[in-house]
Amino acid sequence: MTAFLIILIAALIAVSAWQISKIVSLGKASSGSNGAEAQIANDEDNKRNGQFMLYFGIGIYIMMIACFIAYDDFFLPDAASEHGTEYDSLLFTSTIIIMIVQVLTQGLLHYFSYKYHGKKGQKALFYADNDRLEFIWTAIPVVVLAGLILWGLFSWNDIMDANMDDDPIVVEVYAYQFGWKARYSGADNTLGDANVRFIEGANQLGVDPTDADGQDDVVTTELHLPVDRPVLFKFRSQDVLHSAYFPHFRAQMNVVPGMVTQFKFTPTVTSEEYKSTEFMTEKVSKINEIRRQRSKELEANGDVALDPYEFEYYLLCNKICGASHYNMQMKIVVEEKEDFDAWIAEQKTIGTTLANAEN
Amino acid sequence: MGQAISVSTENAHDDGHHHHKETFVTKYIFSQDHKMIAKQYLITGLIMGAIGIAMSILFRIQLAYPEQPNALFSLFLGERWAEGGVMNPNMYLALVTLHGTIMVFFVLTAGLSGTFSNFLIPLQIGARDMASGFLNMVSYWLFFLSSVIMIASLFVETGPAAAGWTIYPPLSALEEAMPGSGAGMTLWLVSMAIFIASSLLGSLNYVVTVINMRTKGMSMTRLPLTIWAFFVTAIIGVVSFPVLLSAALLLIMDRSFGTSFFLSDIYIKGEVLAHQGGSPVLFEHLFWFLGHPEVYIVLLPALGITSEVIATNSRKPIFGYRAMVASILAIAFLSTIVWGHHMFVSGMNPFLGSVFTFTTLLIAIPSAVKAFNYITTLWKGNLQMNPAMLFSIGLVSTFITGGLTGIILGDSTLDINVHDTYFVVAHFHLVMGISALYGLFAGVYHWFPKMFNRMMDKNLGYAHFWLTAIGAYGVFFPMHFIGMAGLPRRYYTNTNFPYFDDLADTNKLITWFAIFTALAQLFFVYNFVKSIFYGKKAPANPWKSNTLEWTTGDKHIHGNWDGPIPHVYRWAYDYSKVNENGEYVIPGQDYAPQHIPLQDGEEEMNH
Repeated sequence: MTAFLIILIAALIAVSAWQISKIVSLGKASSGSNGAEAQIANDEDNKRNGQFMLYFGIGIYIMMIACFIAYDDFFLPDAASEHGTEYDSLLFTSTIIIMIVQVLTQGLLHYFSYKYHGKKGQKALFYADNDRLEFIWTAIPVVVLAGLILWGLFSWNDIMDANMDDDPIVVEVYAYQFGWKARYSGADNTLGDANVRFIEGANQLGVDPTDADGQDDVVTTELHLPVDRPVLFKFRSQDVLHSAYFPHFRAQMNVVPGMVTQFKFTPTVTSEEYKSTEFMTEKVSKINEIRRQRSKELEANGDVALDPYEFEYYLLCNKICGASHYNMQMKIVVEEKEDFDAWIAEQKTIGTTLANAEN
Repeated sequence: MGQAISVSTENAHDDGHHHHKETFVTKYIFSQDHKMIAKQYLITGLIMGAIGIAMSILFRIQLAYPEQPNALFSLFLGERWAEGGVMNPNMYLALVTLHGTIMVFFVLTAGLSGTFSNFLIPLQIGARDMASGFLNMVSYWLFFLSSVIMIASLFVETGPAAAGWTIYPPLSALEEAMPGSGAGMTLWLVSMAIFIASSLLGSLNYVVTVINMRTKGMSMTRLPLTIWAFFVTAIIGVVSFPVLLSAALLLIMDRSFGTSFFLSDIYIKGEVLAHQGGSPVLFEHLFWFLGHPEVYIVLLPALGITSEVIATNSRKPIFGYRAMVASILAIAFLSTIVWGHHMFVSGMNPFLGSVFTFTTLLIAIPSAVKAFNYITTLWKGNLQMNPAMLFSIGLVSTFITGGLTGIILGDSTLDINVHDTYFVVAHFHLVMGISALYGLFAGVYHWFPKMFNRMMDKNLGYAHFWLTAIGAYGVFFPMHFIGMAGLPRRYYTNTNFPYFDDLADTNKLITWFAIFTALAQLFFVYNFVKSIFYGKKAPANPWKSNTLEWTTGDKHIHGNWDGPIPHVYRWAYDYSKVNENGEYVIPGQDYAPQHIPLQDGEEEMNH
């Protein structure tokens, strides 16, 4: 694939170089005189560059189509959260509108550049104003944007409304250089108070040991979520800014030292279901093919081969946070309620951990 | 023809300018002549641009071939930052940070706006120089000093600033958080503080000059759109840069004097810091209160240049002059109330997100009007495809492509999942990076004959444009798609997420296009340097343009016009204007420069 890319680019460069040498030689031949006039575009230049503009416009169309086809599977798969479906349809609609405008305006721009390329004796039209035209192309964006704004704002208000009305489980996501931890609020569904000033020994998240609410909290290194139940995330950072980005759930919130930020969403697809979708099986097999190829090269050099990949939801850091920012991730598991209950029951509460540490 | 060039001498109230003897130092170094200062800005900006682009090539190579040794890394970064030729992650972040800082501030603010505001404002409004030549000189030398300090920070032992060009604290405030936040960040802040002082002196000068020093007849509604753009840009700069200065000062205090403006509840390297009660979100507000207008500080001059170049080379008036001015004003006003769209997921109150979505999508309207007006200006024109014209058309193209994705990013809901991904990187590079660079190139190709009295080589210019146009789309269009996959920016390598493995080839493609595009700039460098010394001598008005700068004749003197300053009788866009009988208003030439009085029977249109 790499070889193919390099060949493609080499070919492209060769074609451009050839075209350019053509322009240069034609320019020299046609300019005749050696004075400054030779450096001002003449009819020949106008025509040639006008044609190039047309080709370039067509090239943009081809590039756009090629990208949408070749990169079709780059788009994130269907959202695995309740609000994500709404998000996806808003994104889809916006993209369609954008692409329509893009195709029309780029077409006109490049076509006009070709069509009206300068010729000796051609008279340009003195056309300085037209109120009606300007009104039209002010009004159309106003109407379209008003629609998008309203739709966006309604969704935004729904998504950001982090209330407790639908009985969400409260989970803290805790960020530090360079990793994540999760703190479940336990049976009382209330997180114990916490502050970095309480960090000591086994109490890595700085939970107030005197706060009764914190005793049943559970700290884990993986994020397990029961399917179809709202989760209210509370984000806290120990050191610098981080951003908790859950791409498959269409969720993101910065994690800010000194304050607690929040985001609520309802996961709707379990990890098992998500893995077995057609999109994901294809994507994963493609990725594994790439990894096999890469492993062959690695082994040939005496390096360790790559492990085969199996999809799991992940949370990643999306705000520059230091040297290892690129590797700050946490596995997310969405599972049936029973599985979740069984898993959480196995975890140690903070009360137990701290008591053990003291002994 | 003769009528076009000769300057009207009637009512000469200003009898020339008295020449003072100039030495090498006063002419080329500590010059107070706005034309020389403009050239100093241009050349400094281009050198900074070369450095900024070279940095991007280095980190693009790392992204295409992650953690693989490369001779270029060893050569430029040395053993300390590229052990065994493998780039250090801290150096990667430093390169990303300085690439952003240098390109945004040093190339596109100073190099673009500094060059052309200085060069064109006095020439196009009919003034002998800026309101204060001395402050103008100080402004350049402060800019030069800040450039030197910024470059010097590359050589600090703990490395240059590496917290991203947005330098969000606490990362930028604490040396414990990353080595680049030590001496490197101190130098960054000092350099930027000086840069802001430079920018303010420059901007105040531009504003005063445009308001007070227009020649007789040059009403505000007769100003070329370039001047409108520079004027409004300077106003935004005066409004917003001081806020960045205050942010920088508060950050310096947090770093060095133990205050807590932006810091609170931090545990790092096994210790709790004493800072309490500050908020990084406050810094984000202060930063983006400059940071967003900054986008337009970069872009408006490019759009102004494009307006002028497109009108001249289309041989047509710019379509909708008043709408263009209104759009510039609307963009300028709105630009100061949209900064929150960089902070939708910062943890600020979601209600603010709604407000900023509203204002942000509003700004799409004047932007759309401008794009449509450019396209209409081309319609039924007689397009002269000079290199400057090609770059202007290219600008409109990238401005549209990049601007449209702003509709996705400006919508708080949609921003949630594309925030800080490569989608954003693709968006802003097209809409403000590439577009503004095209504006810069258009300006250089168009006004080079005025600056150096020589012509640039058009064929090299064509080669430069077409290779750059292909390369720029090749770099930034596919980049949207890796962003759509949820690939975060500022990652040293993506190999820790197997999910991104299938994006690796696209990253290689982007890198090769980037190298290709960077090499294409050599056409420009060669052309620029060669033409300064060996270019063909330029005619007085090579593009047959209407604006006043082409009336000075070829003598390069401090004071611009050897004789009296020309007076202005019409707007700048009387291209191909005809009388009722269908003849050009000045028989035999398709343009009527601003200093030519209205002809018999000619009507001044109320534009």
